[in-house]
Amino acid sequence: MNESTSTVWSRIGQSPRYKELIRSKRAFIFPASLFFIAYYFALPVLVGWWPELMKKPVFGPVNIAYLFALSQFFMAWFIAFLYVRKAGEWDKQAKQVIENEEFVSKH
Amino acid sequence: MTPAIWMFLAFVAATLGITIWAAKRNTGASAYFAAGRSITGWQNGLAVAGDYMSAASFLGISGMIALYGFDGFMYSVGWLVAYLTVLLIVAEPLRNAGKYTMADLLAYRLTPRPVRAMASLSTITVSTFYMVAQMIGAGALVKLLLSNIPWISTNAAIIGVGVLMVVYVVFGGMLATTWVQIIKAILLMTGTIFLSVLVMKQFDFNFERFFSAISQLTYVDPKTKLEVTRNFLEPGLKFGDAATAGYGKWDLVSLGIALLFGTAGLPHILVRFYTVPDAKTARVSVVWAMIIIGTFYILTTFLGFGAATLIKPDHITTDNMAAPQLAETLGGPLFFAFISAVAFATILAVVAGLTISASASFAHDFYSNVLHHGKETDPNSEVRVARITAFIVGAVSIVLAIKLQTVNVAFLVGLAFAVAASANLPVIVLSIFWKRFSTTGAVAGLAVGLLASILLILVSPSIMGIDAPDVVAAKRHLIQMKPLFPLNNPGILSIPIGFLAAIIGSLLRPEPEAEAKFEELQVRSQTGLGAEKAVAH
Repeated sequence: MNESTSTVWSRIGQSPRYKELIRSKRAFIFPASLFFIAYYFALPVLVGWWPELMKKPVFGPVNIAYLFALSQFFMAWFIAFLYVRKAGEWDKQAKQVIENEEFVSKH
Repeated sequence: MTPAIWMFLAFVAATLGITIWAAKRNTGASAYFAAGRSITGWQNGLAVAGDYMSAASFLGISGMIALYGFDGFMYSVGWLVAYLTVLLIVAEPLRNAGKYTMADLLAYRLTPRPVRAMASLSTITVSTFYMVAQMIGAGALVKLLLSNIPWISTNAAIIGVGVLMVVYVVFGGMLATTWVQIIKAILLMTGTIFLSVLVMKQFDFNFERFFSAISQLTYVDPKTKLEVTRNFLEPGLKFGDAATAGYGKWDLVSLGIALLFGTAGLPHILVRFYTVPDAKTARVSVVWAMIIIGTFYILTTFLGFGAATLIKPDHITTDNMAAPQLAETLGGPLFFAFISAVAFATILAVVAGLTISASASFAHDFYSNVLHHGKETDPNSEVRVARITAFIVGAVSIVLAIKLQTVNVAFLVGLAFAVAASANLPVIVLSIFWKRFSTTGAVAGLAVGLLASILLILVSPSIMGIDAPDVVAAKRHLIQMKPLFPLNNPGILSIPIGFLAAIIGSLLRPEPEAEAKFEELQVRSQTGLGAEKAVAH
């Protein structure tokens, strides 16, 4: 690269493709993080403040507390699955950003 | 010779073989600190799992569920969900922007020397607490296992673990550490699945009978010496109002915060993402780790409740030995030997991971970048310093573990998670997401988070308490006075304090140069442009 590296970074940073990538990432990561944090803290809060509700049996002796705790594992796997699927699109977008920059810097 | 010793020796021989193989391939700093960035996704997933599932997970959770039922399972949940923080927020930016340590990400746009010095201190503190806990666990395990062999004492076991881990790390570097962790993860999963099947066999694979037995458990309460029937699926035996004078629910939330945010600040987990070729592989490896770790923690249902129903809480000798005891009851002496060897392998692999992350941080952050201003010309000197550090870290941990062998293991691991969540996580998150984050903010966040979490633990009921005169020395509180802070886990207070210090520091001393480089860090961490490449062998 002949030009100063800071111009290169800022040219990428200002490019529409890069801005679209960041927007798309934030649009997924912020709501997904808020959701899993809320879902996770619902467990200690419900167990701590509404223990009688959590002790209610649902399937035979298995109660809400255990089922809700177990559901956390599937919640985590599901969000991870959604994230990986989205991230595949971001990889393509990031590749375009880099290729576009290589094209611009050569010409 | 008992079968347990044979199995343990077989594991040691295999891992030393790997160390010799890895030592031949260790040429240069990238090979030593990051296994040449050549580990594949599933391999690193297994290694992350092997690095993460420590004595606290296998022995600790099984014992906690066996004695307190559902409340122990809360640890299992937190320790898995925490990986979403790693996956969504930390792993990929870290891989793209860093080289060998957590501090690389922080130093990218801040003034390197103060930031690296503090980050190195915090890394070594977290790793040492975590490591001493593992070594105390190893000592206790060996003492119980080999109680019939007079020449093996707890101290000898602690020294043995210390020496082995130093050998792996000094000669084998990250490559040997990685393979020790992969083998351990496979062994631990095999042992856990076998043990779970043996538990269900006792109930003729009938889940309704299994859960019915858990919900009507009759045993002699060790405190009152009266026979009681309790529902172990119900919450409250450990954190309930009756057991904790009303603070339990706050402790549960505080523990939850520390578990959820601590993992993404654990240096020995973070450095694993430098061992893969790129951010995409780092992501794949987190997913593999989540599948393995999640399956393991779900299976703690069978380990913990299996021990509760089949051995009964009043017959479990110590809370950390429920899983090996269950193996002995259901599978006889050979299976007991296997599970004990698995527990030992578990500890060794975690300890090796901790040692390499602590020594990498000292060599790369402190020696090269703080003492030598990042201008060291000979790259091999960094590796040499790391090897010397591994020796010192090993020696210090051996001495501390021997001195502290009566201290509760779970308490030390809890301290490590709380310190990681209070000191490391706020500065990692702010440096990725907040443009105005400055050097003063980073140093303040690391220092205040570190101090706040340690001080709050020192004045918590884990350390402070007034014991009756008949309480045995090993179980007495270190400071005989009324606790100043009511919760065992400081997370609920110390994590917000860490964030606040980092934010206030940044607002008080803004740094235009750091703000100017924010865009560069963002582009690099989000696209992978300019990230460290894998080296070909």
